[in-house]
Amino acid sequence: MAGKKMQSASRKRFINNTIVHVILAVLAVIWVFPIVWVILTSFRAEKGSYVSTFLPQSYTLDNYIRLFTDTTILNFPQMFMNTLFIAICSCILATFYVLAVSYCLSRLRFKLRKPYMNMAMILGLFPGFMSMIAVYFILKALGMTEGNLIKLALILVYSGGAGLSFQIAKGFFDTIPMAVDEAAILDGCTRWQIFTKITLPLSKPIVVYTVLTSFMSPWLDFIFAKVICRANSDQYTIAIGLWRMLEKEYIDSWYTCFAAGAVLISIPIAALFLYMQRYYVDGMSGAVKG
Amino acid sequence: MGILKKRVNDFPTPYTCRRAVSEGDMATKLTMVLMGFGNMVHGQIVKGLLFLAVEVAYVVFMIVNGAGFLAMLPSLGSVEQKEVWDEAQQIYVYTGGDQSVLILLYGVATVILTGLMVCAWMCSLRSAYKAECLAREGRHVNSFREDLKSLLHENLHRLLMTPPMVFIGAFTILPLIFMICMAFTNYSKIDSHLMLFDWVGLDNFKALFDSSSILGSTFWSVLGWTLVWAFFATFSNYIFGMIISLMINRKGTRAKGFWRFCFVLSCAVPMFVSLLIMRTMLQPEGAVNVLLRNLGLIASDASLPFFTDPTWARVTVIVVNIWVGVPYTLLQLTGVLQNIPGELYEAAQVDGANAIQTFTKITLPYMLYVTTPYLIVTFTGNVNNFNVIYLLSGGDPVTDLSSTAGKTDLLVTWLYKLTVDKQYYNIGAVIGILTFIILAIGALFTYRNSKSYKEEGGF
Repeated sequence: MAGKKMQSASRKRFINNTIVHVILAVLAVIWVFPIVWVILTSFRAEKGSYVSTFLPQSYTLDNYIRLFTDTTILNFPQMFMNTLFIAICSCILATFYVLAVSYCLSRLRFKLRKPYMNMAMILGLFPGFMSMIAVYFILKALGMTEGNLIKLALILVYSGGAGLSFQIAKGFFDTIPMAVDEAAILDGCTRWQIFTKITLPLSKPIVVYTVLTSFMSPWLDFIFAKVICRANSDQYTIAIGLWRMLEKEYIDSWYTCFAAGAVLISIPIAALFLYMQRYYVDGMSGAVKG
Repeated sequence: MGILKKRVNDFPTPYTCRRAVSEGDMATKLTMVLMGFGNMVHGQIVKGLLFLAVEVAYVVFMIVNGAGFLAMLPSLGSVEQKEVWDEAQQIYVYTGGDQSVLILLYGVATVILTGLMVCAWMCSLRSAYKAECLAREGRHVNSFREDLKSLLHENLHRLLMTPPMVFIGAFTILPLIFMICMAFTNYSKIDSHLMLFDWVGLDNFKALFDSSSILGSTFWSVLGWTLVWAFFATFSNYIFGMIISLMINRKGTRAKGFWRFCFVLSCAVPMFVSLLIMRTMLQPEGAVNVLLRNLGLIASDASLPFFTDPTWARVTVIVVNIWVGVPYTLLQLTGVLQNIPGELYEAAQVDGANAIQTFTKITLPYMLYVTTPYLIVTFTGNVNNFNVIYLLSGGDPVTDLSSTAGKTDLLVTWLYKLTVDKQYYNIGAVIGILTFIILAIGALFTYRNSKSYKEEGGF
């Protein structure tokens, strides 16, 4: 009697497991499907945007080659260099800002601390690019919307709001025990030394996380770059370039190249992201104990 | 329920401006006119000179430019741009008229500078009074070198917070104030007020709230859809992400890492790339329709109206948003889910609860309790979710040709269209302000009532 009951319970578990695995498999296919499709499309030999078959009929590497050699209309290598330059510069600035602000809010007590945090919360409620047009006017008034100064403008814009996104890093710093700081002060450290010699080395995950997110944002942002660059095609970043490839006048000849470009951009971003993933989870939960 | 807490001063100091004015000596009182004077008298020469330099710079700026900027602010300029026939060159020449945008921008910047100047003035007064008190009591007055050194220790926050604050001021606060000012002008392509515009008070707000006009009716329908979208986008992602996360993390599931990888892969692809891919796949001639035709599910010349039928388009953007957003939710919720005490589930199992009951009675309440702030942030993010709508549907389909918004336009994408495409800057600014007000009210009430806010006490 008991054996039968056990058997039916394990059978039920088996059925449940099978159902869950089937559902997961179906969902995984749905999630992976577009990515597979764009990789296939990037190797497609047939020209044109929309074709009547789902899978490509023949494969080629020409799309990738064309992306780097055909620079007359859309200069992909130059866009790549532009984005890389902007990303490195704004990454340095933004990382410093985020870490500095988070450290101050987490460790130091000063009069403007709470007003600052309230202000950050309020500013976060405004639509992000409501001020975008105004930023453009300001940059224009400063003469930074022509030529190479556009790069500087984009760097300033990308790192400008960095001081407001301190929540994750602050949450991480909060988990480092205050006793560490107090001991250091008794030993005669200044707060600056605590910041650079104790807090930062203890917080490697969040430093890596901050560096990578701020490095990635210029590759991912599309709207600010579009509004600030306007018609200066030699200053375009990757995101605008890819967007333009899908515009009506280009889509027919550039569609497969778009897929190739998308794959090329996704590889480093995906690698960074998968690498960063554990820091992401660690950063959320706070990894430094004791 | 008090929305505004009573302000408690955690940093009492005897060196306040009021006491400096009432109890300070002659040198301190002179500081009110001549910044830095008090410091110089008490031996802080460099500090005093710096204060003085700030004052001189401000006065010079006000005399050369600032006063003019402020004087223009009420009228926003009156000289019109004119075409003049130039006989010598045989062409029309434009005379430089007043550009109201620049006048407004410079005016706002001057007002902010003046505000900063007042702060500096108060600082110098306090500093002078402090130096006076210390000298009178025979205590040590810091030299400039010591002041600099204190920046690395007691005053480290000044050193570290100043550069980010300057950037925030220049690229977030100044533009916001500038944009808010625009809401009260007639800066728009309507009646060609692009060069020269005036203050009009609350007219723009009235126009938007007047539901009999095209603008007003568009506003209400866009607002309605924005709220519906934000609600569905937030909770569909939340619940879907939670279910998938539970399925992956339950005991019987094999190859957990593989399943997680499959889902996370799609959020490793840059969001605008995956959105553009989705858009092209869902076009009438796109991959999805082709696939359905090849499979024989729809006729060979038919196509599903993903972005051409209003209802289809609305459902499509919500569904695609699930595709885009669930991996992120998965990443963020996994850790929280693993923290739910296991005893709760064991107890439920003993009591004979089934999977659905454990989910609705244990998992969901626990998660809602822990992640309320996260939900609010996501909801806010979705109200302002520009990327998904703009890159996917672009606000299409537009069914009413006279209105400026399509059926899937959110307030933000409508704002973008009005400012960038149509150049109705004033209406765009009003929409931005209204979005803010709606979000602020919602966020304030939920934040203040949520338990995690009361316990965190960070704000």
